[in-house]
Amino acid sequence: MQAHILGYIKHHTQPAFFRDMSEPITLSAHNLHYHHGQREIIRDISLELKRGEVLGLLGHNGAGKSTTLQVLAGVLQIDSGHVEICGFDLKQHAQEAKLRIGFLPEAPPLYQDMRVDDYLTYCARLRRMQPANIAAALIQTKQRCGLQDCGTHIIGTLSKGYQQRVGIAQALIHQPQVIILDEPTVGLDPTQIKDIRTLIRELGDAHSVILSTHLLSEVESICDRVEILHHGRLIYSDSSAGMQQHGQQTGFIVSLLTPPEISVLRAINMVTEVEQLSPTQFKILHTHAINSGDTAAPAALLTLAAQHGWQAQQLTPLKAKLEDVFNQLTQDS
Amino acid sequence: MSSSPNMIFVIANKELRSLFAMPSTWLILAALQFIFALLFLSRLNAYLQVQAQLTQLANPPGATLIVAAPMFEALALILLMLIPIFTMRLIAEERRNKTLILLKSAPISSTEIVLGKFLGLFIFLSLIIITCSLMIMTLALGTPVDYGLLLLNVLGLLLLAASYTALGLYFSALTIQPAVAAISTIAVLFGLSLLAGISPDSSIAFDAISPTHHFRSFNNGLFNSTDLIFFLLFSITFILLTWHKLKNE
Repeated sequence: MQAHILGYIKHHTQPAFFRDMSEPITLSAHNLHYHHGQREIIRDISLELKRGEVLGLLGHNGAGKSTTLQVLAGVLQIDSGHVEICGFDLKQHAQEAKLRIGFLPEAPPLYQDMRVDDYLTYCARLRRMQPANIAAALIQTKQRCGLQDCGTHIIGTLSKGYQQRVGIAQALIHQPQVIILDEPTVGLDPTQIKDIRTLIRELGDAHSVILSTHLLSEVESICDRVEILHHGRLIYSDSSAGMQQHGQQTGFIVSLLTPPEISVLRAINMVTEVEQLSPTQFKILHTHAINSGDTAAPAALLTLAAQHGWQAQQLTPLKAKLEDVFNQLTQDS
Repeated sequence: MSSSPNMIFVIANKELRSLFAMPSTWLILAALQFIFALLFLSRLNAYLQVQAQLTQLANPPGATLIVAAPMFEALALILLMLIPIFTMRLIAEERRNKTLILLKSAPISSTEIVLGKFLGLFIFLSLIIITCSLMIMTLALGTPVDYGLLLLNVLGLLLLAASYTALGLYFSALTIQPAVAAISTIAVLFGLSLLAGISPDSSIAFDAISPTHHFRSFNNGLFNSTDLIFFLLFSITFILLTWHKLKNE
């Protein structure tokens, strides 16, 4: 109970933006590639995660979310690139790195015929915990995941929601610094979803959490940062605060099939900031023009595009919702 | 390829516990003891009927050779059919239930997974071999027993069980369906066992790769280091192949 209250106070006295700057990086991944047969599942993915941060990995089904997370958890061997967990390379120092990871795969890895207590104890042993510390960790983890009364139940007899909790509990029991959750709330009822989101938010205070989801509301409610994954590539990254700012900023996202140098775009009248989202997509912020409103800058850009043959294709104003950004970015052109 | 005995035992312990948690394990053990006891009694009965005639021979074979040796040979055949049923689950079932990910994301090496699984089942099979041997040792109640022959048979069976387990483990690592693993293991073991029956004057020594053939020396009370090395190489080869498969997927 005490731990819960402390977590509560901590969460509410230290807002996310206050902590981010000084916290150490717990997970960093550079240029990850993964092939399965002829198919390239993920391409050139680079990620960084700080302590106390909850990162949401957003994407359609089949975008490569699960593969990315499995690569980060050291389950799949990558073709190229490297992952570091708290400074330990996942390939060279696999043991040290994996000690610091808690991973919940898409299907919780449960032995249906084991009791919850036995299962969690086995998981703790697998993570090389000292036998003396396991009992206390077991009690604490069960309490965090709301499994206090299920210790002697056989896992196969539990409902899906409780099985999911056991799956999360096995990822937490060894107090890992990086927690990787693959669609943690899928298939749960609304109350359970709420409980698990609260738990994830709580975990985000002392650990780093990376979770995948295809629910935009989930990202908006629990994540500090979001990365959008599409066809195996990260195409968009922003902080939660940044996502909410979309409504206040005036700007647009434009696709240019043969784009010029970024500096050329920056030089356009009234444009304040240009960010390249993908080889052909740019997020452009601009100031208000007094008489012509918000249309002056896009109009100027389109005129230039027509003159220089940049082949402008889509121009979407930034709106309040992440959903619009997501929909626009993941449209197949 | 670092490994600590500690983690191997954690996995072996889990394998043993899950074996004993299944009702089917107890059923198989009970049926095995029942069939083995029936075989033993009928063998003993046959021996008692010819015993009088045997005493007229100048150098009569003892009870150990006539009763115990064929019993161990029968146990070798039973193990051939029994071990694939246990090995099929080892990795294929973990893969099918998506629990293999738990092991792969844990800070343990493929070596520890493979050796732990092998050891867990091997300990279980040793229990079967030892309980059956204890039954045969009841011969000592009525007649002097050739303990050398008996121990050599037990050693031979343990080596045979290790080889069969290693092969079964490898087939279990190759597939996601436990049944496929079991059937292919039985097929290969049976094929290897048939090779032992090929006539010795054949120009190609097919029986050299048959575990059954190498077990026969132990069965006849002959300790040949070639046989020992064969069993060790056979087991190590398939354990290495399993390790290689797990590591590279």
